Amino acid sequence: MPDMESAAAAPVRIAGVDERVLAEREERVSSHRRDVLFDVENLRVSYAGVPALKDVSLEIYKNFITAFIGPSGCGKSTFIRCFNRMNDLIPTAAVEGTIRYHGADLYGPEVDPVEVRKRIGMVFQKPNPFPKSIYDNVAFGPRVLGWKKNLDERVERALRQAALWDEVKKRLKASAYSLSGGQQQRLCIARCLAVEPDVLLMDEPASALDPISTTAIEDLMHELKRDYTIVIVTHNMQQAARVADMTAFFSVDVDEEHDRRTGILVEYDTTPTIFTQPSDKRCEDYVTGRFG
Amino acid sequence: MSVPADTLARSSQGDRIRGTAFYALLLVSITIGFLLLGVLLVDVVRKGIGYVDPTLLGEPNSSDPNEAGAGPAIRGTIYMMLLLLVMVVPLGVGTALYLEEYANRDRWYNRLLEINIQNLAAVPSIVYGILGLAFIVRGIGLGRVLLAGAVILTLLVLPTVIVASREAIRAVPDSIRQGAYALGATQWQVVWRQVLPAAIPGIATGSILALARAIGETAPLLLVGALTFVSVNPTLLGSFTALPVQIYQWIGRPQEDFRLLAAAGIIVLLAILLTMNAFAIWLRNRYQRRW
Repeated sequence: MPDMESAAAAPVRIAGVDERVLAEREERVSSHRRDVLFDVENLRVSYAGVPALKDVSLEIYKNFITAFIGPSGCGKSTFIRCFNRMNDLIPTAAVEGTIRYHGADLYGPEVDPVEVRKRIGMVFQKPNPFPKSIYDNVAFGPRVLGWKKNLDERVERALRQAALWDEVKKRLKASAYSLSGGQQQRLCIARCLAVEPDVLLMDEPASALDPISTTAIEDLMHELKRDYTIVIVTHNMQQAARVADMTAFFSVDVDEEHDRRTGILVEYDTTPTIFTQPSDKRCEDYVTGRFG
Repeated sequence: MSVPADTLARSSQGDRIRGTAFYALLLVSITIGFLLLGVLLVDVVRKGIGYVDPTLLGEPNSSDPNEAGAGPAIRGTIYMMLLLLVMVVPLGVGTALYLEEYANRDRWYNRLLEINIQNLAAVPSIVYGILGLAFIVRGIGLGRVLLAGAVILTLLVLPTVIVASREAIRAVPDSIRQGAYALGATQWQVVWRQVLPAAIPGIATGSILALARAIGETAPLLLVGALTFVSVNPTLLGSFTALPVQIYQWIGRPQEDFRLLAAAGIIVLLAILLTMNAFAIWLRNRYQRRW
């Protein structure tokens, strides 16, 4: 439980987050170059005409881990699905505004969503291995792209990167469903890495996992950020504080008149700032555990 | 918190009696089903087994029950099932894939299609027979041939195959599709490499069950002209007969021996059916093991 008495005093005391963890984040954020990879401007998403997320503008930096946090229904999952155009698969979804990726409009008329998804991988909340062998799961992406050469090496490399190789190297032909939940999620990460993406989107990747598997995934993220840009949605604030360099806090804007709940971006800053000196009251209430 | 000891005692007498009575009712239901099937099987086998011999399996029909066989009928049925399989599975699975993976349900024509398929599944088989007679035998002038029979049976079981395939396709979790799309797969790749393989056990089971329905159909075949005195091997565009039609004809004969011959024919029909089901189960298990 948060310490209520000192919550109002600055710096804010966060629920269960070690200050040394934040110090590490601070060091990395201040020392690392900020190259803009995604530039989001006035993004608005609606489903069947009902807005789910509105007026989001932010920049996502290369080789940073960026976390989206916020209460349920704040549109953070909707938002992350804009980056690889997964919302295109929902017929009623409409995305307005712009997302520039390496300066090019992701939603431009000549952009093929299939090409986007080859470069921007995604890991889902619930591990979703294909009903195939471990090997075939990792090889699926390369096969789809027509990369037939050195498939074995590619699979091994991806599994090593996902810290799963040693556990599965003797049973690559076994069903992916024979793995534990945490292993399945790492397999899904390996599956993404096998197509050598630029960005890894993770939609609550550890929410269905036990604490040990969660730690394994978080350690993995720290390893991967050297080569990849990672965007993660989480409702676990400690997790955001442990892994993210930048944090965006989303909230719900309630329109009583039309009975609509729309997600909005409240505050976006470095993780230490969000967790110790948030400038918005809603953000402060959330990270101190008084709300949500 | 302490719980009073009496709440841990057995539930009331009435509840227990109701529970036991319900269980007994379930047992009675399942027993009736099995008993009926058992009695039928035993009766048929007892009467017909003496007539299951090379004559029955190989020889053509005859007016003498001791020389009469169902050779052309058995081969006609097998050929028809093969033709049916070749026609109905691609059509049925294709329609199911379109409806599940491609069709936009907001479009009126897709909804119309769905309603029609459901209605077609409920149309009596004799109606398909009339349709076949009017449009296929006479309309396009195919004549009373094996192919016409197979086409009619295809139309007859197509709705069943579509419905079964749709259910198998719908049972493939959406997370699989999303995972494949997220790796940069096109819709074609998602359908062909993930959805279809995952749905095959269900599709196979559904298709075999549909074939099992078709194999016993008599009425539509009578209408499209399955004869009972066919002495030559069936060809695609030649006159034909089928096992259920042959059985039907034998049962209608006054001599007792033909009734026994009919029982023997039923045994053969059942044997073909069970072989098909066994094949379906084998196919399903094989695919499941590969997962």
